[in-house]
Amino acid sequence: MSPEPFLGDVAHTPVRHHILSVLVENKAGVLARIAGLFARRGFNIYSLAVAPAESHARFSRVTIVVDAESAPLEQIMGQLDKLVNVVEINDLAPVDAVERELLLATIETDVANRTSLLDTLANAGAAIIDVDPGAVTVMLAGTPSACDALERALEEFARVELHRTGRVALPRLGRAATA
Amino acid sequence: MQLTGAQALIKSLEQEGVDTIFGLPGGAILPVYDPLIDSSIRHILVRHEQGAGHMAEGYALATGRPGVAMVTSGPGATNIVTPIGNAHMDSTPLVVITGQVATGSIGTDAFQECDITGITMGITKHNFLIQSAQEIPRAVAAAFHLATTGRPGPVLIDVPKDVTQSMMEWWYPVTIDEYDLPGYRPEVPLDDRAVAAAVALINEAERPVLYVGGGTLKSRAAKELLAFAERTAMPVVTTLMARGAFPDSHPQHLGMPGMHGMYSAVTAIQRCDLLISLGARFDDRVTGKIAAFAPDAKIIHVDIDRAEFNKVRQVDVALQSNVAVALTALDAGGAMPRNLDVWWKTIRGWQEAFPLVYDEPASDGLLRPQHVIEAIAAKAAPGTIVAAGVGQHQMWASQFWKFEEPGTWVNSGGAGTMGFGVPAAIGAKVGRPDRTVWCIDGDGCFQMTAQELTTARSEGIPIKVAILNNAYLGMVRQWQEMFYEERYSEVYLSADLPDYVKWAEAMGCVGLRARTLQEMHDAIDQANAINDVPVVIDFRTDAAEKVFPMVASGASNDDIMVHPSQRSAQ
Repeated sequence: MSPEPFLGDVAHTPVRHHILSVLVENKAGVLARIAGLFARRGFNIYSLAVAPAESHARFSRVTIVVDAESAPLEQIMGQLDKLVNVVEINDLAPVDAVERELLLATIETDVANRTSLLDTLANAGAAIIDVDPGAVTVMLAGTPSACDALERALEEFARVELHRTGRVALPRLGRAATA
Repeated sequence: MQLTGAQALIKSLEQEGVDTIFGLPGGAILPVYDPLIDSSIRHILVRHEQGAGHMAEGYALATGRPGVAMVTSGPGATNIVTPIGNAHMDSTPLVVITGQVATGSIGTDAFQECDITGITMGITKHNFLIQSAQEIPRAVAAAFHLATTGRPGPVLIDVPKDVTQSMMEWWYPVTIDEYDLPGYRPEVPLDDRAVAAAVALINEAERPVLYVGGGTLKSRAAKELLAFAERTAMPVVTTLMARGAFPDSHPQHLGMPGMHGMYSAVTAIQRCDLLISLGARFDDRVTGKIAAFAPDAKIIHVDIDRAEFNKVRQVDVALQSNVAVALTALDAGGAMPRNLDVWWKTIRGWQEAFPLVYDEPASDGLLRPQHVIEAIAAKAAPGTIVAAGVGQHQMWASQFWKFEEPGTWVNSGGAGTMGFGVPAAIGAKVGRPDRTVWCIDGDGCFQMTAQELTTARSEGIPIKVAILNNAYLGMVRQWQEMFYEERYSEVYLSADLPDYVKWAEAMGCVGLRARTLQEMHDAIDQANAINDVPVVIDFRTDAAEKVFPMVASGASNDDIMVHPSQRSAQ
């Protein structure tokens, strides 16, 4: 039978968060329409990521992590669906999705902290992508919880900057997403 | 065929069957006004862009066809924001064309530039900023498709000046696919399981109520509603947005529910065991305190817009559909409640105990506004269209006029836009020149948009306006009297300033004044005899009159306040 399901990234996402994977027409102002809708209806956005969808220049994929406690998910999806430029909405419950996000951080380094920083990065599976004599920039592409863990671990170092992209997600294989 | 963008825009409107545009030109829309000279489309030159928008709404509400307005950029565009918001709240099909500064100037704070697509994003069903002349036909066709299908609403097309001045090769989309709206699916197939579930609920009901909203009129479902109501013998209430969807003369009609609804309509909803909402949206003016609304009722909610389900009230059965289609399906499914004799006996008791009343008209002193409306109605030709502003006069018009057919009540519901009445009446008359159009207005509302009577006179649109002049912002005064210990704050307007008769005459209308009962009857007769120019009657009414019944804001509908003369019976 199938192996033990991998659920390592599930615990991170509190139940009240839902991931909406929204296919939109790639037209001027689409993001403003979505953001405006959420603002005027009082729906909270936890994170948001946008990029061209697949190979079609015509569509973009917007991944919105919504706070389903700010409004019922049915209401959020119903209102979102009324935006003419929204083509398709997939509701990915956290348990039914695989999620990843990207973390970039620039850390000040010196001889004293270099070893422990390298250990921290190795443990997290993060990579160094830029270096200068006094600092490194590191990257982690991982589950939101892995990014959370690295973010916490980096608190003990002198952080210059830390950016996260917000997550993107796809349906977990073998589970159907609901449109 | 090579056309300018401006020519293509006018030709596209002709393709959509537009017969009238309400508008006012200015710099950025100037190129479009040139080919308009050669077009078959009638243009009504308004005196303020807000008037153009409300006229287009009045036209749409009276005819069921989309209203069209055209204005320039910047302040022209912002002046029409209120009608757009109003149409959005009331799901009125509107296509609004705004001029925009040239594409190269967008974003530079150019003269009369404003981001009207940004401003109206939240109050349009959709809007377009056109980037090239070649796109114009598609945008116009898509705009009309969006405005009139599914849940109707306003659509705005913003056209930069260089786009209307540049050349395009004429074409026009033939199929919906060419509209390029991949995300727009206005109609969904009826869910048979939901229909079956609704039928099952109806078949168990002992105290059902048909709660008819504006969506019934938008669905053109009056015929289906009448057949369904008569077959099932259920009581009917029609919301402010649905007046005319079911004849007021029909014995099953309890009238309007809500804050100023009929006692029987409000109370039947409170006591019903099944509420069947037909294109209504559980507005707070209908529900009162939502936690106390129809506490024993199961809910069947028919709506074309799925976002309405469970938005305010949790439903038992959601039926996403046009109302006519849903009623036909419920009929075919054999929906039939139990014997309703006991229910009707209870309702008839409420109707007898708490009819709509007002104090006897005094033979001297000021007129009763309710009596003025009844007198106008009694002398009105069948099929007369009534437009109203917003406030006490609007509620009295809805209560005391007897509406018998769709398209005869033109009012601002969701937005509550003062000043709606006069321009909306003009638009209604343009759309239905065969009908008499009365505007029942308040003195406060009249002062907001009265300048459009100049438009009416110069364009030959003979509407009749009844100003219920109580010298106050009457509804606010009523609230201050009832809920603010009669501390009247900034509500007095004066009955004589302005002089409404002189003002009407200055705008080329006939101006009349009525202070006594005799003058009231004479003035109405005189107005009815005039059919070539607009008439304005200044009726001097009693400011002490209040709208009853009333459910206080935020109160339960169980705590409905009836007319003082009925309090002992309550």
